[in-house]
Amino acid sequence: MGIFINNGEKFIFCFLIDSQTNLMRHLYNISWAISGTECELQKRNMTENGLGHRVLNMDTMNPNVKRVEYAVRGPIVQRAMQIEKELKEGVKKPFTEVIKANIGDAHAMGQKPITFLRQVVALCAYPDLLEDDKFPEDAKNRARRILQACGGGSIGAYSASPGIEIIRQDVAKYIEKRDGGIPSNPDNIYLSTGASDAIVTMLKLLTSGEGKNRTGVMISIPQYPLYSAALAELAAVQVSYYLDEDKCWSLDVGELRRAVKVAREHCNPRALCIINPGNPTGQVQSRQCIEDVIRFAAEEHLFLMADEVYQDNVYAEGCQFHSFKKVLFEMGPEYSSVVELASFHSTSKCFMGECGFRGGYMEVVNMDPEVKLQLTKLVSVRLCPPIPGQALLDLVVNPPQPDEPSYATFIKERTANLDILAEKAKMTEQVLNTVPGIHCNPVQGAMYTFPRLSLPEKAINAAKEKGQAPDMFYCMKLLEETGICLVPGSGFGQRDGTYHFRMTILPATEKLKVVLKKIREFHKRFTEEFS
Amino acid sequence: KPNMTENGFGHRERVLNVDTINPNVKRVEYAVRGPIVQRAMQIEKELKEGVKKPFTEVIKANIGDAHAMGQKPITFFRQVIALCVYPDLLEDDKFPEDAKNRARRILQACGGGSLGAYSASPGIEVIRQDVAKYIEKRDGGIPSNPDNIYLSTGASDAIVTMLKLLTSGEGKTRTGVMISIPQYPLYSAALAELAAVQVSYYLDEDKCWSLDVNELRRAVKAAREHCNPRALCIINPGNPTGQVQSRQCIEDVIRFAAEEHLFLMADEVYQDNVYTEGCQFHSFKKVLFEMGSEYSSVVELASFHSTSKCYMGECGFRGGYMEVINMDPEVKLQLTKLVSVRLCPSIPGQAMLDLVVNPPQPDEPSYATFIKERTANLHILSEKAKMTEQVLNTVPGIHCNPVQGAMYTFPRLTLPEKAINAAKEKEQAPDMFYCMKLLEETGICLVPGSGFGQRDGTYHFRMTILPGTEKLKIVLEKIGEFHKLFTEEFS
Repeated sequence: MGIFINNGEKFIFCFLIDSQTNLMRHLYNISWAISGTECELQKRNMTENGLGHRVLNMDTMNPNVKRVEYAVRGPIVQRAMQIEKELKEGVKKPFTEVIKANIGDAHAMGQKPITFLRQVVALCAYPDLLEDDKFPEDAKNRARRILQACGGGSIGAYSASPGIEIIRQDVAKYIEKRDGGIPSNPDNIYLSTGASDAIVTMLKLLTSGEGKNRTGVMISIPQYPLYSAALAELAAVQVSYYLDEDKCWSLDVGELRRAVKVAREHCNPRALCIINPGNPTGQVQSRQCIEDVIRFAAEEHLFLMADEVYQDNVYAEGCQFHSFKKVLFEMGPEYSSVVELASFHSTSKCFMGECGFRGGYMEVVNMDPEVKLQLTKLVSVRLCPPIPGQALLDLVVNPPQPDEPSYATFIKERTANLDILAEKAKMTEQVLNTVPGIHCNPVQGAMYTFPRLSLPEKAINAAKEKGQAPDMFYCMKLLEETGICLVPGSGFGQRDGTYHFRMTILPATEKLKVVLKKIREFHKRFTEEFS
Repeated sequence: KPNMTENGFGHRERVLNVDTINPNVKRVEYAVRGPIVQRAMQIEKELKEGVKKPFTEVIKANIGDAHAMGQKPITFFRQVIALCVYPDLLEDDKFPEDAKNRARRILQACGGGSLGAYSASPGIEVIRQDVAKYIEKRDGGIPSNPDNIYLSTGASDAIVTMLKLLTSGEGKTRTGVMISIPQYPLYSAALAELAAVQVSYYLDEDKCWSLDVNELRRAVKAAREHCNPRALCIINPGNPTGQVQSRQCIEDVIRFAAEEHLFLMADEVYQDNVYTEGCQFHSFKKVLFEMGSEYSSVVELASFHSTSKCYMGECGFRGGYMEVINMDPEVKLQLTKLVSVRLCPSIPGQAMLDLVVNPPQPDEPSYATFIKERTANLHILSEKAKMTEQVLNTVPGIHCNPVQGAMYTFPRLTLPEKAINAAKEKEQAPDMFYCMKLLEETGICLVPGSGFGQRDGTYHFRMTILPGTEKLKIVLEKIGEFHKLFTEEFS
């Protein structure tokens, strides 16, 4: 329990129960100065054992941290976890399980690991297994190669801070192959603890200036809230640009221009972030769009950050993943020798879904050499990303080849995972679009749907009375009545007066069918209840 | 600035350059992986390419990485991890039953039964419970609440998170954080990046690097004139100094923190690395609670531990945790929110930590091998600690305090005036000048004391005691020879 302070005079008695030791009683006498902006706190604290005002409290803590929000693991997820506990304790509910469709975690929803990847990592973890003939020779060779590159032949040794050298080389080769031969320099590859780590590092480097000169960073509405959280923590300025819901969440350069022009009045826009394929929206941007964005970044002198963690998750006919690096270089040296770009990838998504390993990398293009030294220095303080994650990444970028024993199984598993996701993407779009009041854009890629909800006026008012965003009100009710945990659109950003939720397409097909059905039924009930 | 490149296109000033980059990042230094290590890596490449040198290998005695220097992993830990990574192995009868049970228990606590799923952000619940039990057992039964345990990506991650939470204010109210001279430069680096104020307190080299509360008082008093001291960090056992603080000292520090209203951060990653007779590890948590509720209900404490050191040396797994005591409940909500943005620490690292805090018990099949490996590792370190101290102290001009614990020696060097001047001409710290020369002539890579902090006019280096015993003997011999030659050359 905490202290709630409202405007006006209030005396508040707060009973604090410390879960760890004793029951403590604090008596606060709070009186407000007439100015209204200052508050004189006279605290006479009487505890059973004399606890005074803490060193680290809400007033002394880092104010930037207070401004951080991360909806993907926010209040609704905390309520979902509470409900799960209640179910375990036998509390009766209208459902028997909580379905966590809030987070892009494929394994948690039943997807199986890729066999080859786990064989190699197991061999690396316990090299005695190299004698075990249950493991195929290509897996053993990968493991030996990785271990040779580790200090003392052990994945327990620190690596160089940008990552194990041969893995950076493998990443560079992967990029070259993916991008039709456009060269990639391993020195420009930095392995990281998930893509999030590298994204935060770049934003940190970019943040400087004061007041009107403070770094502004352009990011989409809607966006994956790592960006807004990191910008809040760094006290950089978030510069929002709207994706066009009516055009399948595509990006219009006219909107980028509007946003940057407005931003220049109060900050110094230095970077433009784009997530492609998109999270939460699932759009796969066209090649034309990517060229436009690059051209815009060049004209407006912006550092481009391309979050491409869903690069294998493309489902819709006619859609294709175009890496920003590739398009940049195909646009010729007028752009490719000028535009500063950082591209991000991860082991958490695509066909492997290895979130828990925290594997990832970024490739930096046209980075100032002195800044690059600073980047290398900065990552050295945290020593290195986890070696199991680096090893896993190596297998993602250097998978079994057609002439290798493990290829058949590998390609079968990979194809199955991506096919199933594609089917679920279609099914999700179809079913949700049969619900009056729910409109779902095609899930072209990634792992989510972000449908738009028509909410009755009465519901919106009920939400406001509770001090809740209307889509949070909706999602909370859905959770309590069905056990389905989604994240309200307000956690990602949306146009004023619009409401959405983000749902993953990751529950197993049969379960997903049930989830979609329940959402449809809930929406009908909800609309009737608040009509 | 228009620059013409080879292809004739104007090469204007970059968006992200040394003027627009985060100024705090520029102020960050981390000597453990700094310039001398970069030169060592360059030399290694040259050796590979066949360049002739007065030595055949670079000996990296700069970083506390046991496996890199030949220490073998603990068998049981790697068995369980392998079982978790590839559960098909649960059918393999080459694995002992206790390893399989540990693996099943961990996997059951993972989403979808896979290490590839994200966990809750503070870490897998059952592992947090195991950590709490470990702490209770270590601290003679003093309760530990799993809700106060936050797993992290190495101890560094949790330390930075706490420093971040503590940093607020402007100008004279800017957070000041007390940290030892010498210190492990993660602290100075993090404080520079956060633009918090580093408040240095000197450890007493003449008294085996012990901590004197009067020195703490001097430091905090001086600091209050220009910042708002809010935290006190202490590394025990110490890095780079290797001292193991006495129980009396720990009580004094706790009392001081209570009096001066400071948040205590106890970096205890070397808690099993205690070598000297008469020295013992006392956890800050334990001492705090044994001092009674006048302190134990008031002093805010965060204690840190890791899988990287001790007897296991699993640096690459990036496992760690912190326990927070008496944290404001609202701040705790903020902490939980903050760690949620990065989702969770690496699951393999969490699993490794679980085995460290929940190792084989005497009644389990793997116990005999486990205890043998653990004992051997700690024993060998203890011998190397003694040998290092002995040998270095035979060298005129090198004075080495006892290596009571941790993994390093931080001997003091007497450098001739001429050498100090030569260094200044090169714009190098004298101990950097010394260490660079040592590297070029012997291939031995150490870190100059200037990277950790030291009293003005004193010079040190930090060397790990981790090379294999025979190799360490050679290293110590070569350092002795080098010091003699160096002193002669600059006399």
